[in-house]
Amino acid sequence: MEILVCVKRVPMVGGKVVVTPDGQDVDTRMSGFAVSPHEECAVEEAVQITQRLGGTVTVLTLGPAEAADQLRDMLALGAGHGVLLETDGREWGPMATAAAIADAARRRGVGPDGGYDLLLFGNEAADTGDYQVPVRVAHALGLPCVTAIKNLEITESGAGAGAAGGSGAGGAAGARARASREYRGIEEAFDLALPAVISVKEGINLPRYPSLPGRLRAKRAVIEQFRPEYRGEGLRKELLRVPPGESKRAEILGTGTDAVPALVRLFEEFGVLS
Amino acid sequence: MTVLCLVERDGDGAADASLRALAFSRELAASSEASGTGGDPGYGEEPAGSNPPGAPGENVAAVVFGPAAEVPAGALAVAGVTDAYAVESDALTGYAPLAWARAIAELITASSATAVVAAATDHGNEVLAHLAAITDLPMAANCASAAHASDGRYRLVRHRWAGSLLEDAALDAPVALLTVAVDAVAATPAAVPAKVTVHAFRPDLTDGDLAVCATESAERAGGVSLATARVVVGGGRGVGSPAGFGALEELAGLLGGALGVSRVVTSQGWRPHKQQVGQTGTRISPELYLACGISGAIQHMAGCLSARHIVAVNTDPDAPIIARADYAVIGDLNQVIPALVTALRERAGLS
Amino acid sequence: MNDIPTRASAVIIGAGIVGNSLACHLARLGWRDIVLVDKGPMPNPGGSTGHASNFIFPIEYSKMMMELTRDSTEQYKALGVFTESGGIEVARTAGRMEELRRRGSAARAWGIPARHLSPAEVAKLVPYLDESVILGGLYFPTVGVVDSLRAGTLMREEAQQSGALQVLAGTEVLGIDTAPGGRAGRKVATVRTTKGDMDTDCCVICCGVWSPRIAQLAGAHIPLTPVVHQMISVGPVPLFADTVGEIAYPIVRDVDTNMYERQHGGDMEVGSYAHRPIIVGPDDIPSIEESVLSPTEMPFTQDDFDPQLLQALELMPDLLGDERVGIRYSINGLISMTPDGHPALGETPEVSGLWSVAASWIKEGPGIARAVAEWMTGAVPEIDIHEADISRFHAHQRTTAHVTARAREGFNKMYGIVHPSEQWESGRPLRLSPAHDRERDLGAAFIETAGWERPNWYASNENLLERYSGRLMPREAEWESRWWSPIINAEHLAMRDSCGLIDLSAFAVLDITGPGALAAVQSAAVAQLDVRAGRVVYTSLLDEAGGFRADLTIMRLGPETFRVVTGGATGMMDKQWLRDQLPADGSAQISDVTSSWATFGVWGPDARTVLQAVTDSDLSHGGFPFATCREIEIGGVMVLASRISYVGELGWELYVPMEQGARVWDTIWAAGVPHGLVPVGIGVYGTTGRLEKGYRAYGAELAADYNLVEAGMTRPKVKLQPFRGKEAYLAQREQPPCAVLCTLTVDDHRSAAGTLRYMLGGEPILTPAGESLTDAKGRPSYVTSAGSGPSVGKHLLMAYLPAGHAREGNRLAVEYMAEQYPVTVAVAGATPLFDPENTRVRS
Repeated sequence: MEILVCVKRVPMVGGKVVVTPDGQDVDTRMSGFAVSPHEECAVEEAVQITQRLGGTVTVLTLGPAEAADQLRDMLALGAGHGVLLETDGREWGPMATAAAIADAARRRGVGPDGGYDLLLFGNEAADTGDYQVPVRVAHALGLPCVTAIKNLEITESGAGAGAAGGSGAGGAAGARARASREYRGIEEAFDLALPAVISVKEGINLPRYPSLPGRLRAKRAVIEQFRPEYRGEGLRKELLRVPPGESKRAEILGTGTDAVPALVRLFEEFGVLS
Repeated sequence: MTVLCLVERDGDGAADASLRALAFSRELAASSEASGTGGDPGYGEEPAGSNPPGAPGENVAAVVFGPAAEVPAGALAVAGVTDAYAVESDALTGYAPLAWARAIAELITASSATAVVAAATDHGNEVLAHLAAITDLPMAANCASAAHASDGRYRLVRHRWAGSLLEDAALDAPVALLTVAVDAVAATPAAVPAKVTVHAFRPDLTDGDLAVCATESAERAGGVSLATARVVVGGGRGVGSPAGFGALEELAGLLGGALGVSRVVTSQGWRPHKQQVGQTGTRISPELYLACGISGAIQHMAGCLSARHIVAVNTDPDAPIIARADYAVIGDLNQVIPALVTALRERAGLS
Repeated sequence: MNDIPTRASAVIIGAGIVGNSLACHLARLGWRDIVLVDKGPMPNPGGSTGHASNFIFPIEYSKMMMELTRDSTEQYKALGVFTESGGIEVARTAGRMEELRRRGSAARAWGIPARHLSPAEVAKLVPYLDESVILGGLYFPTVGVVDSLRAGTLMREEAQQSGALQVLAGTEVLGIDTAPGGRAGRKVATVRTTKGDMDTDCCVICCGVWSPRIAQLAGAHIPLTPVVHQMISVGPVPLFADTVGEIAYPIVRDVDTNMYERQHGGDMEVGSYAHRPIIVGPDDIPSIEESVLSPTEMPFTQDDFDPQLLQALELMPDLLGDERVGIRYSINGLISMTPDGHPALGETPEVSGLWSVAASWIKEGPGIARAVAEWMTGAVPEIDIHEADISRFHAHQRTTAHVTARAREGFNKMYGIVHPSEQWESGRPLRLSPAHDRERDLGAAFIETAGWERPNWYASNENLLERYSGRLMPREAEWESRWWSPIINAEHLAMRDSCGLIDLSAFAVLDITGPGALAAVQSAAVAQLDVRAGRVVYTSLLDEAGGFRADLTIMRLGPETFRVVTGGATGMMDKQWLRDQLPADGSAQISDVTSSWATFGVWGPDARTVLQAVTDSDLSHGGFPFATCREIEIGGVMVLASRISYVGELGWELYVPMEQGARVWDTIWAAGVPHGLVPVGIGVYGTTGRLEKGYRAYGAELAADYNLVEAGMTRPKVKLQPFRGKEAYLAQREQPPCAVLCTLTVDDHRSAAGTLRYMLGGEPILTPAGESLTDAKGRPSYVTSAGSGPSVGKHLLMAYLPAGHAREGNRLAVEYMAEQYPVTVAVAGATPLFDPENTRVRS
């Protein structure tokens, strides 16, 4: 099972996001960077799948040279290869991003005989929240696609299914994905033939923390680099601004045991009582 | 000319998120009537005398998947919808994102749509993303407002960082594809209810369009592991002793949830380390996190901020948890929790 | 509940371990109407206390820090937040093994339990440690961890419950307004906050890494900088799953790699001081809202830590190499660093009523708070904290460039093997004597004091080595020969044979002038200052408890003019101390004229001959008596000459206008060389010369916890006029001393390995049977100063001994590098070992 997981380098922000004076970017002078949480889960999911079925996980990112740090973070979690689509630091729109990712996927190919069997994404990037890159990549590659997945099972059909640890090459022919999510109280399940594109949401798993040996392996790993060409698109950012603030404070339900009825009503409202 | 809005059904009516999307669509349509002023106050005056791109009198049409008979016409009328397209297809047995997008793509032409709007739900985002890919049009997700601008573009305000940041953006596209940040717009009724004309619409779908299709079931995935629990009852220093966790465990059991604790609790040896919630423990994302006697140290909060609702029980109204929780009870958890357990037991007995 | 008072007796800013402890101690001392302000929430407002690793090793390089740590530990224990875990410093290198032996001796000197362990013994206590990586360890059984947030909460609540304290959380300080007045000329008036303004005479900055920023609001400086200390927490460690409580295994300091490993519940925390120094500007700390974790837990920079991962894995391969164990938490934690590594405590020199209690670690926080609370209350702190006095900083030491350069340089020395004579390299050269070029050309080996470059010895004197061969006590061990040369001893002997020229321009020179000048110096000094103009008076300054505060000379230059000369290192502190003695009516002023005066000393039997050759003034014993000063002409320059000596020889200190200094140096040089004049460095002036003469040094022998009687410095009569510390001093004189300052000689230097070893100071003095010596006040005997006595042919040690042991001829032992060497009490009291009649000085 060959899996490509696409991740994005985003600033780690606290309760308040600070914008640069020109209103074009988030001020990252004091922030670190991470991959979006959904994507961290995608990497975890991919690692678990390959641990079960064999094969390798490739992590790909499009971003500045420093985004290699995030690739290494993911390599430390068990991904095997890293691909950096290096930009000049400009923010890329979702159309150009998807096109560049599709081009990179085509380099290796999709499907049996060593191509990617599965392309995993986070449901949306933590910063721009565009919700569309995975779907556009799927269309560009002619693959089926589902998004917002919270539960994923990959099955390999025919002989050799479950033979973990093999090269995995070609082993995914006939493989399928059962992907599901909860939507407005209903479980929606999808059955897809692989290769396919799937975006996942936080909660699908609990991402592991990097081990020390993992971190050291990641440091030594070689990252493939490409420089795709920037393209503008129809949606253009003009200005970022912080919404007028309201300092949050809990609504006080009451004092002591007098508050119990209010608590019960609240739990009913949340739908956590049977 | 039409603003076409995907309306998701909820029982016999329209989903609340879709009603919000309809209100948004109405504002967008109206902005083409206003002479040359954008809908967003953040943009100031537009150049005088310029021509709005949308033809005057742009209307709002709804796309509803299902038989024409099931279109929630009443709700649509209140929302100011003039035309409703009921997408009927024998092949469409359930939600199929690509097929839905294909149908809407056909409707853009049929309805002379200048914009397609959907709520930024899993369905709305997914369908519009497919539509964007099919049409090769840009798509703006999570919009808080949209308006025609004098230069022929759309002026948008989008949410970034889940609404922590606003983006003023320009969209240059023959047809605008927009999803609506659900909490950014209220589901207000139209000033004057409209008269809805329902059109049955049969899209031209291929097998490929239907390859990905949802099987729906009412089942919910269970499991009460801390990481995946729908309810987590948390206990901190305020619990006071190892014995104090009995009531919390009982409450967690009643709620079908799991017990989580703060770092100090494991450091004191009151509970095993595996129950620790926080930066260095388990990160949780339940529907409800009931934090009892937990001050709300930063490291702890880092592990539970993705909880949907946080309710705190704490003696100290100035504890940091109060600033991070949605609701709070000021009081001693060792009195509040047993009383809550009793109340929940009684309720279970009655129902 | 957050109503802000309009007036407070003290506003404490910062609710970390220091601010909370300070509020508690002030309340215990009877203060009321205290307000504690923090911009963050309780109990963890987001400062460095919140991410501290919270462990306490009792051993320190400085006695002050050791005592503060000991007091803090006792306070933590009383609060019930201390858990003893034991701790081990492990050595990977032979050099570190030596260091551990030195540390073991230091622990012994200060009564700290410590035991040397073999690698196998270390592994027995820490089963997950790979013993093949280490050569041994030093085990401190009393190491423990504390819950510092809990401690702060308990202390804060105690003060609140006593009704003394009001706490304002979520309240940011916007300004500290000052008004004319106070000793500094400006005093604290109002603290302005986001919740309102409070009038107060006393504002205490306990703001850790934010302290410089807050001090700046009042126009004061707190010279510290935030620096990053990286820490990761890995878990869940299977071995810890079943342990009870926060810690069950000893903390390991892997000092050779600048790291530590400490169990924290189910996790192992690995901290590092090995990465590149990462300096963060005080204005570059994010706000609470902007922070992902907290303002002082900045984003981890993985690349900086990666080399440490390898080293940690070497030491604990199975535990940390477990693939199931993950890095769950990693931060660039901010801590405070001052240029010299000591805290910044006390009233700021710039603003009266503005106090700094900054740059404290968890381990000394409550102790520091108690000492400062005592100080603020007007008492003498039980622990002598002068080394941490914020007034110690010279102007250049308060600059951002200096603070950051020294922090950068000091960071990686956190667990370093620090030599007692360790030199800083950054920001040099800065303050240069007018003779600097001459000295450099003579091959001076420079050391730094208060920014001044001072020759320690001169390579040009290498030719003396042959002349004095056999008397130089050359040092075989590398450690003892660092920042040392046998040339020092040769210069010493040459000075005693003919004469030496010593550059003393690093002296701090303070002029006290005005109608109230006499009253000011009289009230500060033990010695009588109502003397005729032209007298030079050597005196101690005492605190109210009769402890030493300074040791200096004062020249009376005129009826209303006194010139104070003191060491460069203590100059600024002495200035503030004297400033605080000035009459409140403004009738006297103090000014620092250090930069106006170069100082040279000419001493030795031929000093008079040499100087007389360049001046027409009468330098005869009768014409220019000892302990007098007057202006003389030297080669067309008007020079203030003062006949005193710290090396026990005939001679003069010469105060020369700075810009004319080079000419005077050249004049003396030309006249002196035919008479055998040699340039002599500070190695002689500061150590060998004074030790042979039994002269005491402030900061070594003269410390706040000893007194004039014990130091053997009493005079037959006490001056009639009042002076600070007089009552205590009179009481001390009524009691027999329970310790006596003695000079000891080392009888045999040969170690078990056959190497001659020379103590450098700080070592414990033991009975011949190897038992510790402790006086009736519980003070252990240790070496306060050590050095060669070339003229007496012995290595000399000074130490306070319990009265019963302070007998000349008494045979004792000194422990050095885990071995014992025999010593003999040569002098009990102040009688010089060399020239006991002082005939040379008075010839």
